[in-house]
Amino acid sequence: MGSPPTDSAPLEPSLGALAGGDLALAGASARPGGTAWRFLKRNPTLLAGLVFLALIVLASAGASLWWTRDPQSMRPIARLRPPSLEQWFGTDHFGRDLYSRTIYGGRISLAVGAAVAVISLIIGTGIGLVSGYFRRLDAVVMRVMDGLMAIPSILLALALMALVRASLQSVIIALVIPEIPRTVRLVRASVLSLRELVMVEGARAVGAGTPRILLRYILPALVAPLIVQGTYICASAMLVEAYLSFLGAGTPPHIPSWGNIMAEGRAYVQLAFWIILFPGLFLGFTVLAVNMIGDGLRDLLKVR
Amino acid sequence: MLPLILRRLLATIPVMGVVALFVFALLRVTPGDPAAIIAGDYATPQDIERIRAALGLDRPLLVQIGIWLGQLLRGDLGTSIFSGLPVTTLIKQRLEPTAALTILAMLLAVSAAVPLGVLAAWKQGSWIDRAVMGIAVAGFSMPVFWLGFLLVYVFAVWLGLLPVQGYTPFSAGFWPFLRHLILPALTLSLVFMALIARMTRASMLGVLGEDYIRTAFAKGLAPWAVLTRHALKSASLPIVTIIGVGFALLIGGAVVTESVFALPGIGRLSVDAILRRDYPVIQGVILIVSGVYVLLNLVIDLLYLFLDPRIRY
Repeated sequence: MGSPPTDSAPLEPSLGALAGGDLALAGASARPGGTAWRFLKRNPTLLAGLVFLALIVLASAGASLWWTRDPQSMRPIARLRPPSLEQWFGTDHFGRDLYSRTIYGGRISLAVGAAVAVISLIIGTGIGLVSGYFRRLDAVVMRVMDGLMAIPSILLALALMALVRASLQSVIIALVIPEIPRTVRLVRASVLSLRELVMVEGARAVGAGTPRILLRYILPALVAPLIVQGTYICASAMLVEAYLSFLGAGTPPHIPSWGNIMAEGRAYVQLAFWIILFPGLFLGFTVLAVNMIGDGLRDLLKVR
Repeated sequence: MLPLILRRLLATIPVMGVVALFVFALLRVTPGDPAAIIAGDYATPQDIERIRAALGLDRPLLVQIGIWLGQLLRGDLGTSIFSGLPVTTLIKQRLEPTAALTILAMLLAVSAAVPLGVLAAWKQGSWIDRAVMGIAVAGFSMPVFWLGFLLVYVFAVWLGLLPVQGYTPFSAGFWPFLRHLILPALTLSLVFMALIARMTRASMLGVLGEDYIRTAFAKGLAPWAVLTRHALKSASLPIVTIIGVGFALLIGGAVVTESVFALPGIGRLSVDAILRRDYPVIQGVILIVSGVYVLLNLVIDLLYLFLDPRIRY
């Protein structure tokens, strides 16, 4: 956790420092998109992850365009049909079209993953910045974080879900809380090493206040590790969302999230394996794409 | 050595204290009346009142904290609302399947992942490396229960080699016991395997660039001897750390795996408790699991002393 700051970032308090060299090159080349493309070509993992994720986002965002039917319409005559030309992914025990449900279901997983990543990064960064800078607060905050980290995140999320009514918001909150300690630790460790830099000392000497130092000098150097952390949080949140639904404590059953479709299919595993097969493949594929983006960005931004 | 171990042991007290207070607060800071939520939608006011009294929610907050901590120090985790049995008894009944599952999964994961990680690092950039790392990323991207059902479908439904689900206690014989545990343990170990293989590779790569490794190769030692005796030894610290940190992941996975394979373990106990809003049981399970996690990481901290003699806390 106590990673040393990257050599380029802290010298200049802007994200541009990380891409500085190549941005200069971009000015020379004719096409403005050239830099981004060169980055990606050097990093096939990132490229593949971005392409995969783009496909999934396109599929679920424009779900109505891709020959889907109403994901909720039931046709009891066509119950538990295996995949065929008519129903590509087969049908479930209510005769609902699984292809349509799977395509629409992506919206919920993607939204939950993105929301959990953004919210836990914001809260974690806030707590981490303040706690890294104020010694006395730090001791208390870090003990609380140690305690939270000792509770397995699925158990913690389950326990939180037991106390509230199931809704999309409560799932997001239950997933955010276990993710906060790791972000806090990451931010705090960086703050502890960054605050000793000459740059920060200089800023204080010219009269910059603590909020200004935190936001203008320390936060920018944290952007790269936080983006990488965010992708990993997003990936794990999508998985845990499915686990909660699967265990019966997640998003309300009427919402066709990938986790819920699989939870309903578990009673028919031996009879109609396709109910679980396809949503699981989509979920795994999406999480894989996000993890690949995370790995690619980590190499690219030289985090850790 | 002894004062050191004692000091590390004392350092776990604040962590467990925070867990205990957090678990206590969980029930009190939630919006709405926890007694009403636990009682459910069809409860009469008398039911709610009974639950409130059973949980001690009708007393002043400070008294509640005092009673809660006093109970914990005596090893009393309270009584289940649903079954009326002490929570410690319930947990003890469910301990064997979970312990067997997690230990077997951990053994499987470590014995497969460490050699694979070493191989990937040695052949860095080759197709072996790419295959191992590709499978590793895919391994922790797949939903645990989905992998479980896939294995059940192939090995139990299709090939009919292993039982679909269920548990046979160890006392009923080793082979029936193992037969029921192979698929769950394999399911649970895959995520963990991926994590350890990645860490092993990263840690080995750091070591393999060192001068003494080149010397060892140059003087004609067999590659496996260099890799295991020279490199893996110094690369082992981060690997051991990830095994400890990964325990939380393993327990989380066990909750899901036990549900897929209908194993009567701690995971099932907690899921059932959550679906019935049996809060004393949930609190007890969280406390015990966190306690094991903290103790395991303490043991690993102390293991460092033997693995790396330079470390002195």
